[in-house]
Amino acid sequence: MSESNPIREAIQQAIDEHDVILFMKGTPEQPACGFSARTVGALQAVGHPFAAVDVLPDPRIRQELSAISEWPTIPQLFVRGELVGGCDIVSEMYESGELAQTLGVEPPEDAPAVEPEAAPRPMGIENRLG
Amino acid sequence: MPTAEELKRRIEAGIPGAEAEVEDLNGTGDHFRATVTAPAFAGKSRLEQHRLVYDVFGEEVGGPIHALSIKTRTQ
Repeated sequence: MSESNPIREAIQQAIDEHDVILFMKGTPEQPACGFSARTVGALQAVGHPFAAVDVLPDPRIRQELSAISEWPTIPQLFVRGELVGGCDIVSEMYESGELAQTLGVEPPEDAPAVEPEAAPRPMGIENRLG
Repeated sequence: MPTAEELKRRIEAGIPGAEAEVEDLNGTGDHFRATVTAPAFAGKSRLEQHRLVYDVFGEEVGGPIHALSIKTRTQ
């Protein structure tokens, strides 16, 4: 850990201040990468407002974000200060209804129904993040 | 340039008992999709499971491996 790292501190502050915050390439209006676009789509479909940070303007944003989250890729979704995951995890959670549950909203009506899988898996994200 | 076959071998060598299927999504050696089945995932959150796969490649993910889409299963 370096002693003074304004970019890392600003990122941590943004994560702390926003219940739902997405670090992405581009903006929700103009995503610059298919994975970011898909993640924005899932969040918009669930209908919960979210803050978004574009990591592209300065490569240090991505570098410091990954140092905080220990997650190598973009996008990264944080809910209540915890990393939820990237595009794959957010998409899976959207399809299973867990994303709406994590965000505390009713799943949209056109979302696929939650289908219990043969293998049991934990449902509460809070229980799963150490 | 990494190949799908190389990624598969490294995942299977890096995670005990893992079986991986890896696709090179664009045929360009930089965007891959891996489906990984491993008993080592049992009891772990999806986030932790994906981290185990990312950890096999360290800083190559985001570098030479631009994108690695992951799907994990315990069995």
